[in-house]
Amino acid sequence: MDTSPNLDAAFSAMADPTRRAILARLAKGEATVMELTAPFEMTQPAISQHLKVLEEAGLVVRRVQGTKRPRRLAKGGIEAMDQWLAMLRKALERNYDRLDEVLASMEKPKEGEKR
Amino acid sequence: MSKLTLKTEGDTHVVVTRRFAAPPEFVYRAHTDPKLLQKWLLGPDGWTMPVCINEARPGGKFRYEWTNVKGGGFHITGEYLELEPHSRIVHVERMHLPDPTPDNHVETRFDVDGTGTLMTIRMTLPDAQTRAAMLATGMEGGMEASYVRLEELIYNSSRHGTQLGKQAHS
Repeated sequence: MDTSPNLDAAFSAMADPTRRAILARLAKGEATVMELTAPFEMTQPAISQHLKVLEEAGLVVRRVQGTKRPRRLAKGGIEAMDQWLAMLRKALERNYDRLDEVLASMEKPKEGEKR
Repeated sequence: MSKLTLKTEGDTHVVVTRRFAAPPEFVYRAHTDPKLLQKWLLGPDGWTMPVCINEARPGGKFRYEWTNVKGGGFHITGEYLELEPHSRIVHVERMHLPDPTPDNHVETRFDVDGTGTLMTIRMTLPDAQTRAAMLATGMEGGMEASYVRLEELIYNSSRHGTQLGKQAHS
């Protein structure tokens, strides 16, 4: 799909926790830079810089509304996040796969043994 | 088959379920014995948990510290509210990055499921805004809680309440 971002650029952009938080906020709906800045202890220029990285990675788009430039998730951004989440889910499943092995190696307590 | 399910409830809950072949007693122990926790609660490859302190009693504290090969790291602290061996654990936890995140209230149940166990983790987050702030951090260590928070937040935007227990891409 031609709206898909370059995944390397997308994952690289998402490697930063602030940018992930911005994406998460935008997943809830369109927001202005001011609204995006509010939850962070960062300046607007710093947030704008993060937005620029996200836009260049094809994850976020802006539109013009008077003097405002509200941002929203790009279609490709949602796809990239799905893939990021699949990766995270895999790590979560890895935890429990490891736990399966731990459980398999555990000994059943002897009859009457107090624990 | 994917044994893991993830779903959202309302605005503040996340529910995770996972089946295990072992009885509840084993799964419970694997969640409370530091030596066992250090073997599996690690997240992505490359991470270890060098510090695992766990006072598994009501009012007891726990502290998990993770580190990766690149020298990154973070830790979680929490307190146990209720422990019912081998069926139920209620605790609160927060991540330190280094500033603490707001508390996540977590109830974990271990129910008999045939010859195995059905584990159900129900997390309660203070509110959606807090959740957004929480997911900004803490995922590097692969903590399940943060994955869930992220997933819920993202999926809530368009698929509110959707069952997310699908097979992971592999």
